[in-house]
Amino acid sequence: MASALDIRGVRKCFGKGEHTVEVLKKIDIDVAPGEFLILVGPSGCGKSTLLNIIAGLEDPTEGAIHLGGRNVIGVPPAQRDIAMVFQSYALYPTMNVADNIGFALEMRKVPKAERQRRIQEVAAMLQITHLLDRRPSQLSGGQRQRVAMGRALAREPQLFLFDEPLSNLDAKLRVEMRAEIKRLHQASGITSVYVTHDQIEAMTLGSRIAVMKDGVLQQLGTPDDIYNRPANTYVATFIGSPTMNLVDTQVLEGGAVALAGIELDLPCPAATGAHATLGLRPEHIRLDGSAPWKGEVSVVEPTGADTYVVVSTVSGDVTVRVAPQVRVHPGERVGLAVEAAHASWFDARSGQRLAA
Amino acid sequence: MTAKPLSHHVARVLLMGVLLLGAAFFLAPLYVMVVTSLKDADELRNGNLLSLPGSLNVSAWREAWSSACTGADCSGLRPFFWNSVWMAIPAVLISTAWGALNGYVLSLWKFKGSETFFGLLLFGVFMPFQVVLLPMSQVLGWLGISSSIGGLILVHCLAGLPSTTLFFRNYYAAVPGELLNAARLDGAGFWQIFLRIILPMSTPIVMVTLIWQFTQIWNDFLFGVAFSGADSKPVTVGLNNLANTTSSVKAYNVDMAAALIAALPTVAVYVLAGRYFVRGLTAGAVKG
Amino acid sequence: MKSLDNLLPKLVLAPAFVLGLAFIYGFMVWNGVLSVTASRMLPNYEFVGLEQYVRLFDMDRWWVALRNMALFGVLYVGLSMALGVLLAILLDQKVRAEGFIRTIYLYPMALSFVVTGTAWKWILNPSDGLQKLMQDLGWSSFTFDWLVQSDMAIYCVVIAGVWQSAGFAMALFLAGLRGIDDSIIKAAQIDGASLPRIYWRIVLPALRPVFFSTLMVLAHLSIKSFDLVMALTAGGPGYATDVPATFMYAMSFSRGQIGLGAASATIMLATVAAIVVPYLYSELRSKPHDR
Repeated sequence: MASALDIRGVRKCFGKGEHTVEVLKKIDIDVAPGEFLILVGPSGCGKSTLLNIIAGLEDPTEGAIHLGGRNVIGVPPAQRDIAMVFQSYALYPTMNVADNIGFALEMRKVPKAERQRRIQEVAAMLQITHLLDRRPSQLSGGQRQRVAMGRALAREPQLFLFDEPLSNLDAKLRVEMRAEIKRLHQASGITSVYVTHDQIEAMTLGSRIAVMKDGVLQQLGTPDDIYNRPANTYVATFIGSPTMNLVDTQVLEGGAVALAGIELDLPCPAATGAHATLGLRPEHIRLDGSAPWKGEVSVVEPTGADTYVVVSTVSGDVTVRVAPQVRVHPGERVGLAVEAAHASWFDARSGQRLAA
Repeated sequence: MTAKPLSHHVARVLLMGVLLLGAAFFLAPLYVMVVTSLKDADELRNGNLLSLPGSLNVSAWREAWSSACTGADCSGLRPFFWNSVWMAIPAVLISTAWGALNGYVLSLWKFKGSETFFGLLLFGVFMPFQVVLLPMSQVLGWLGISSSIGGLILVHCLAGLPSTTLFFRNYYAAVPGELLNAARLDGAGFWQIFLRIILPMSTPIVMVTLIWQFTQIWNDFLFGVAFSGADSKPVTVGLNNLANTTSSVKAYNVDMAAALIAALPTVAVYVLAGRYFVRGLTAGAVKG
Repeated sequence: MKSLDNLLPKLVLAPAFVLGLAFIYGFMVWNGVLSVTASRMLPNYEFVGLEQYVRLFDMDRWWVALRNMALFGVLYVGLSMALGVLLAILLDQKVRAEGFIRTIYLYPMALSFVVTGTAWKWILNPSDGLQKLMQDLGWSSFTFDWLVQSDMAIYCVVIAGVWQSAGFAMALFLAGLRGIDDSIIKAAQIDGASLPRIYWRIVLPALRPVFFSTLMVLAHLSIKSFDLVMALTAGGPGYATDVPATFMYAMSFSRGQIGLGAASATIMLATVAAIVVPYLYSELRSKPHDR
């Protein structure tokens, strides 16, 4: 099946001569129809620029964007059959909600009756029918968010773009709206690209995630891929909270590894004598008094559902997840047992994942 | 709550005293003008600046309006007043609309060189108009509109261009970029964005510009005296002629009445819409 | 479609571009050209080098005008700002009826300088104005005939000018004062500083940007002052209160000395530019431009 959105070799440079900044360095992403793709990364990684290029609000320096098979570079944004939800919602302040939702249809000269029907339909879907006569300034943050989505939905576009739409909401509202967006996507099935810096949003909403840093695509995969088989140490520490523990090891003769002198029986794909970084998520380490890897408890963080214990070892601080009823105290000597099956190995110098 | 010491109360009284003294300083000339305009010749001779008239005598006002001499003619300020009206209203409307369009382009549709152009235009806010007087009178002559109200309207539109453009451009610079992106995505073009989105948001700045321009244009004297002919002199020129005619007896009551008539429109605008006026002043001076 | 989108803004701006730049810079150059010609009643494009400027600076009247511009400029700007700052500080003290008082201080700015000049001409009238008032009030030896004294008349122009513009300076300074963070002042008060000290060490320095922009506006207003002088003294007595603006007008429109007038206008332009251009340049540079 042809992809709905095909990003091919997109590069974007700003500035001239010596002051050229390469914001996007050759991005290739395929999005299947109906997929919910997340672009996630820290500020400045280029995700918003990429979104703007897809939308047609900016042009790439190189590369093509194929929508439904045709290259849309050079096609004005309004003609790409795309709708976008902005971080600040960008609702038209002097128009009421109904006119906001119907504006794009008005621009396309859709007859009034048809427009009204569509507005009512969308308002019902988003439960904002009672707000149709109000102005944006009279709405709460969550209501504005819905109107912004309504405006995008009314277009019945081929592609939905979201530019950090939940960043301006408080935590509780964010969780509600996240579920709302997921529900709407399941109902409408429209291909979507969603930009965020929040890794929880990325994990919960996406069917596939593209992790970006400094204009380079770090990894493109399902949430499971990204979480359990991160492509490099950056992805490993970006996704997951608390972050994955990274520990320096050296491969010994016979297949075992040494962690700063302590020998552990863990198979490592690197060559004998080489250094490798071992990645372990807090839930894949157990407190076991008999384990050879020892440390001293430094901080205990109960969150209610779990307790995170930060253990100070010769290899650095290691965070371990334990069940909430386990009693541990700062200063206690503990042992750390590792689940080999879930270990990730990375090249010590490049940070790239080592194939098992 | 602790009681405030006596020194505090004394200080407050002193404060109000000084402020009221200031108010008196600013109001005194107005008082003098009104009071003088209501006196007759005897009261002028015998009284002083602050003395009240015996009765509310409006004959000076009548004279100032319709029969005072302003040089060769003796038909009062009335013809000049109407000249100002026919000059000011079109000039204010045109310069404001033009400024809005320019401000819109310069803030939201920037292109290569547009910022430089704006910087160059900005000098026009400060430039002494003496430097354009001679060339302008030549051009007006060529166009056949020298000594006419049309000529004055043209000059005021050109002279007001930098200020009005500045006001709108700074106001529109605060429009969020995402709003424009949303409009572009929705399919709105240059004119639709201006008419459907930007203009409806512009009420405050339109008010400020209209009031500022009206005040500047109505109160102008330099262009009025340099570029007007017998039938097109604005009220400021009329007033100056009236107050400076070397006729037999100086009738200060008529002079004051005439000054008040000339001042009436802009003071009325100030009283009714003062806060926009203040915003215009502070916006104009705090550039950028 | 896209090319039209690119072209349309430029087309819309084109009239302003052409007319605006012609009006400002084109005319500036034209005026400069006239100042190096032998023009008298009518333009005459015979090149005469700097002869008009030499004639200009040979005229006593021009020197009087320059002296008056400097004198008036310094006093008008200085007194307006001093009075403005004082009134602003006083008004900032959470006074009741502040809005009402502010309205009174500012209304003179709504008047034409001609109206102001006419009113003050009566107030400062040598026999019937202020002098008579003071004498009637009991001060029988009071004299105030500055208006007709050659070396004092310019101060009358200063008085009228300050009366008109002090409120404007006050409005700007008040806005600046309101923009100062309250918590800094509270911190200083907790540290034990007295109110005058706080104003001197913290508040006034924070007003520097307002100070400069007010200075700019008042300075350029003073250089342009034509209306006020014409209405108050018509440049008199004689030409004792002439300023470059009135000089230029007289030469160009009454005396048939266009070349001379153009030269005087050029000098005025140079003076304004020397003050304003550095200010504008630094303002445009330092302001961040988004988008």
